Amino acid sequence: MTAQTTPGHGAPVDETDAHTWTGRARRWLLRKLPPDKLLPEDQPSFVASWAYVFGMGAIGSLLWIIVSGIVLGLNGPQWYHVSSLGSFVNSTHLWSVELFFIFMVVHLWLKFWMAAWRGGRLLTWITGVISFVVSIVAAFTGYLLQTNFDSQWIAFEAKDALNAVGVGAWFNVANVGQLFTWHVTLLPVAVGAVVVLHVLLVRVHGVAPPLEAAESDAQLLHNRPGATEPPEPAEPPEATEPRGTVQ
Amino acid sequence: MTRKSSSISWRKTDDVASRPWTGSVREYDLIKELIIGVVVVGLLVLGVSAIFGSPDEPSVSLKAWATAAPADFTATAAKELAGTSDTAGYGPPYNSTQDATQKIGPVDLQSLSGIRLPVDTANDFVIAPLATLPSPPADLARWTAATDQQRSAWAATYSDALAAAPDSDPAKVADGDYGPVPALTAALLDMARQGSLDGVLQSGGNFYNMDYTRSLLFLGDGGYFPDLAASQHLSGDQWGVMNETGDTPGQSWLWLFSLLYQIEPFKSAPNADALVVVTMLVLTALLALLPFIPGLRSLPRMIPLHRLIWKDYYRNR
Amino acid sequence: MAGCLVAGAVSVGAGTYFGWDGFTIQSGNLIVIVVMIILFVLALVLPFPGGKRRK
Ligand code: HEM
Repeated sequence: MTAQTTPGHGAPVDETDAHTWTGRARRWLLRKLPPDKLLPEDQPSFVASWAYVFGMGAIGSLLWIIVSGIVLGLNGPQWYHVSSLGSFVNSTHLWSVELFFIFMVVHLWLKFWMAAWRGGRLLTWITGVISFVVSIVAAFTGYLLQTNFDSQWIAFEAKDALNAVGVGAWFNVANVGQLFTWHVTLLPVAVGAVVVLHVLLVRVHGVAPPLEAAESDAQLLHNRPGATEPPEPAEPPEATEPRGTVQ
Repeated sequence: MTRKSSSISWRKTDDVASRPWTGSVREYDLIKELIIGVVVVGLLVLGVSAIFGSPDEPSVSLKAWATAAPADFTATAAKELAGTSDTAGYGPPYNSTQDATQKIGPVDLQSLSGIRLPVDTANDFVIAPLATLPSPPADLARWTAATDQQRSAWAATYSDALAAAPDSDPAKVADGDYGPVPALTAALLDMARQGSLDGVLQSGGNFYNMDYTRSLLFLGDGGYFPDLAASQHLSGDQWGVMNETGDTPGQSWLWLFSLLYQIEPFKSAPNADALVVVTMLVLTALLALLPFIPGLRSLPRMIPLHRLIWKDYYRNR
Repeated sequence: MAGCLVAGAVSVGAGTYFGWDGFTIQSGNLIVIVVMIILFVLALVLPFPGGKRRK
């Protein structure tokens, strides 16, 4: 990476003389994701469709999953079988999971039809698929933790698939102690981490433009940088960045 | 100005998709959208939970099994002694039964773990629990003193005789040389009915236990538990992988996994589980790598649903 | 409490299933899938409320 920085990257101070590892890391982060790109106040005009709300719906559901899960976990595994409040909290946990998957799957379908991996957004797509897969495993361990007939049966059936590929010996679906660690700690952390990375990548790359967007479109033509821009640009400053320096 | 044809490539090149957007923008409030999202989803969750609740079918204990289906329980116990139950013939990770593993061609993933969760069905499910009784049945000593060969012979003949008896009723079994086996299975049935087998199998004498492997395997070797599941449409051949009890939605996202078990060549393959899991892993990898797959990645251009998604944009350009 | 946890009887209804010819789907799952398809179609066709334009 060159030491040269373009002014106006969101970094408040001149970062050219960053020479420590920490300084370089900060400079890299700020260049990749300056604050006004992380928390933008505007978006390209094409970001005007219901297709964009499902990712946020998935995040909203995930938060409710976590809140209801914490309440269930802190009360211990027997609580929801015997308390009507517990049963209700269990219902909210279940339904926020169903909504989470509904939003996520519609999001996946839409991002496919938008070919939203275009223009260097491959990792956004891949982290999306990973979050889908990790969420499926997390949900599966949740079903195994119900400590009721359903979990009993799922454990009995699922052991065959896991044993057939050699992982059942370590990931033992009938060992509730192991399942607690997976479902209450490791997998939620993994889902959270992948989702955070996914969303940060979306912010880093900016939203993918329409498939048929072209330089000659009115939306781009009348906004050539430098031509009609006021000196103090109202849009994210990366617009002035020379091509090819982002990656 | 030439209109560049829309590229579906994931590569960062010089086209509109690869460059930072320099066109017109609209006001957008990320935090507000997040908060609205959380509130709307929260209301939905509370509403749907209040209306539909969630199912909680009580678990099945060994006591419930022994009480509701004593003949099935006894027949299963005899099979555990004879070494002819599903668990006894399972192979890794529970035991070393020959040729029991699911292979894909020469690849034997199931054997990779070795016997990491050893289960000796006769001893673990029947003999050891009986030995914990305050006054163990006298026949226990006869079993322990016998040779392996003698034990299997007794248990296998009894198991066959039970299957042949009317209603598989232990009381109606024809006479034969069953050694101590009928007494042992009867004692185990008593123990289960009184509820003490549940605790002994699960915790093996320890105060704490979170590992239900043995109880579950024993339960599943019978017919009672799988029949209950089948009556709830939960069996693998009933698309049960994705089903929840009652009418509550289950893991509908497992539809493809569930579907594979319904179709050939998986359906009748002896290594169906291994085949299905590996197929799903491959398909998942393909989904992740979809931007690399010619043809599939071009679908969004060939079937232009995106014209609807960005209709405002296309109208105004 | 223990009794309520280990009761052997099946208490929830058997569920409503639709299907033919080896294909079966449970009502809850069917509804979830239909809801996803409806949401997908709505996201395509519903007009998005116009935000404030800024040049
Ligand atoms: C845990 C689940 C997920 C969450 C919370 C999530 C969240 C988000 C959010 C908030 C956005 C930006 C706004 C939007 O376009 O909706 C986004 C964009 C994106 N998501 Fe996801 N997502 C998830 C799963 C997925 C999956 C399964 C895929 C596809 C396989 C995917 C692919 C994408 C892509 C490619 C973008 C970039 C969109 C663009 O540049 O126009 N995401 N995601």
